[in-house]
Amino acid sequence: MASKLLKSFLVASGALAVVATGAAFAAGGGTGDYKMVHKHWHFNGPFGTYDREAMQRGYQVYREVCASCHQLKHLSFRHLGDEGGPFYLEDYPNPNDNPYVKNFASDWFVEDIDTETGDVTERPGTTSDKFPAIFPNDAAARASNGGALPPDLSVIVAARNGGADYLYNLLTAYDTPKPADVELTAGLHYNPVMDGGKIAMANPLSDGLVEYAPIVREDEEGNSVEIPAPEATVEQMAADVTEFLAWSSDPKMEQRKSTGAMTMIYLVILSLLLWLTYKRVWRNVEH
Amino acid sequence: MSGHPSTYEPKYGATKWIDRRLPIIRVGADFMTFPSPRNLNYWYTFGGILTLCLVTQIITGIILAMHYVPNVDGAFESVQRIRRDVPFGWLLQPMHAVGASMFFLAVYMHMFRGLYYGSYKAPRELLWIIGCVIYLIMMATAFLGYTLPWGQMSFWGATVITGFFGAVPVVGESLQQWLLGGYAVDNATLNRFFALHYLLPFVIAALVGLHVWALHHVGQNNPIGVSAKTKSDTLSFHPFYTVKDAFAVAIFLLIFAFFLFYQPDALGHADNYIEADAMKTPPHIVPEWYFLPFYAILRAVPDKLAGILLMISAIVVLFVLPWLDTSKVKSLRFRPVARWFFFIFLVFCFILGWCGAGTPDNIAIPLGDTGITFYRLSQIATIYYFAYFLIILPVLGLVEKPLARPDSITKAVLGDQPRGGSTAAAE
Repeated sequence: MASKLLKSFLVASGALAVVATGAAFAAGGGTGDYKMVHKHWHFNGPFGTYDREAMQRGYQVYREVCASCHQLKHLSFRHLGDEGGPFYLEDYPNPNDNPYVKNFASDWFVEDIDTETGDVTERPGTTSDKFPAIFPNDAAARASNGGALPPDLSVIVAARNGGADYLYNLLTAYDTPKPADVELTAGLHYNPVMDGGKIAMANPLSDGLVEYAPIVREDEEGNSVEIPAPEATVEQMAADVTEFLAWSSDPKMEQRKSTGAMTMIYLVILSLLLWLTYKRVWRNVEH
Repeated sequence: MSGHPSTYEPKYGATKWIDRRLPIIRVGADFMTFPSPRNLNYWYTFGGILTLCLVTQIITGIILAMHYVPNVDGAFESVQRIRRDVPFGWLLQPMHAVGASMFFLAVYMHMFRGLYYGSYKAPRELLWIIGCVIYLIMMATAFLGYTLPWGQMSFWGATVITGFFGAVPVVGESLQQWLLGGYAVDNATLNRFFALHYLLPFVIAALVGLHVWALHHVGQNNPIGVSAKTKSDTLSFHPFYTVKDAFAVAIFLLIFAFFLFYQPDALGHADNYIEADAMKTPPHIVPEWYFLPFYAILRAVPDKLAGILLMISAIVVLFVLPWLDTSKVKSLRFRPVARWFFFIFLVFCFILGWCGAGTPDNIAIPLGDTGITFYRLSQIATIYYFAYFLIILPVLGLVEKPLARPDSITKAVLGDQPRGGSTAAAE
């Protein structure tokens, strides 16, 4: 009983300080002298939207780099072609018909059951499939990653204090020199953005790791024009994958903000009218 | 239901027929013409706002319950599914979550209004106590509901709070197991929390019925605390207060909409976007903002059981407040000393909230090399919180000399100028 009491109390006292840390983080945070970079994201502000091209490049970074360890378990392939999503096309309101989405889905293998034999088989993904698990189970994931479990990335931006800035800084801060007081054991790396400066994930990005394809567009006269892709620097890739994962965390943000703008306008007009009504109803009433 | 003589007269055959059998139209009509003090200010609009909050929570909640999966393996995912795939789920889920915060914001305004204008004094003691019960059940409902998304903060918050019951002497451990349906927060806990979270709002709705009934029986209090006596003291609820409430509701909705559309996560914790993991305690477990003052009181004493008793007392003291405040004067407008103690009380409530969010050992107020820690500050604020109810209000009521009060609401509004003219329109 006494030890149970003590234990519950320890849990309760473990409770003691989220906001303080949050504040410290917002103030610049991390360990050592590292200063958080606050980026001006395309999706910031009341009218902010996701940068479509950045999200598309971000998907490429996820597919080619992050996806070797991290799943997007709450996402289906079809979500990529949803309105507001990275590969939405006006001609394909149903994302299951979207050629990009079909293509991306078939680029993955998903587990299935052979209906004839009942054996577990693998087949190319379809648009309605969820993003498949990277490892068969958590134990396997830990075994392949030195005991650390790579977190799911579907809502990672919402799940961290600091949001998109946190993720961007985490991915770009690996080259910060390690202060002497941080001691790393085997399998850990220094990253000032992490609590205590330690992270199990090795630096995932290096300049030129992926090759961004130029974008081909048709100009007004119908000629195809090639817009060169940005150089795949660590900063560029980090920003792109952050844009993609910010969308993944909050895929209905654009819809929400535009509904919000209309709602606010409606409510301001309604308030005004109600205030005038109030003034009129009470015009001869002392109160 | 209302305490004023009925003025409803059925005009048609059908309404006459109904009125003789079940005077339901009469009840509604009398509600709309209920004589309300003519001097009610905007602090008196929160009753209407709170009704709207309750209705919003119930409607959004029922729709969410149609898509939610109350199972440890499916709960977190089902919330994600609601936000991503369910039509308008992206709107309804945050509306329910932000709505809970807005509900508490409004209830706190409503309660501070009651404290300031002495709305708990005779003959409104039961009205006040029913309100306190509603508040208590609201807290239970909010806590149960916060568990449902099955994030890290849901799980560990539930673990900490249910752990309080384990501190009860002798029966604590078995009580805690009975509540959880096991040795730890798990599927059985989630299932019963879901069932109770669905039940309690309807209990609240029933209590709101009693609250409004009691209100209509004794009549509304008002900013001067002098009861309405004559007809010129009052105005018909409709249109005068329906339109005033409607305006206040619209302003409240603007604030609601701001959070809902632009800062849906500002009032929550990032940790709740991480699925519950019984093997991994988050570095900091902190309740939602509306529980922070009580959380600070809980942590103000080093002993767990004492802390819990203190926290419970902080709410119990509200129930007996009508008998603690010895002053005959209701409104603090006419109590020059009590007024200032009230404002200090208000400040300390905010300080308690601040302490609840802070780390106890951290410095809250730097003084030279050291300073006052959150722990010390929460102790000071806790002492004031209880002193306000248990010492200041009882003693002040006996020693304070109140200011002269107007004889009636009409006099307060019109001064000593002759009656008629401007009041006629209202009658």
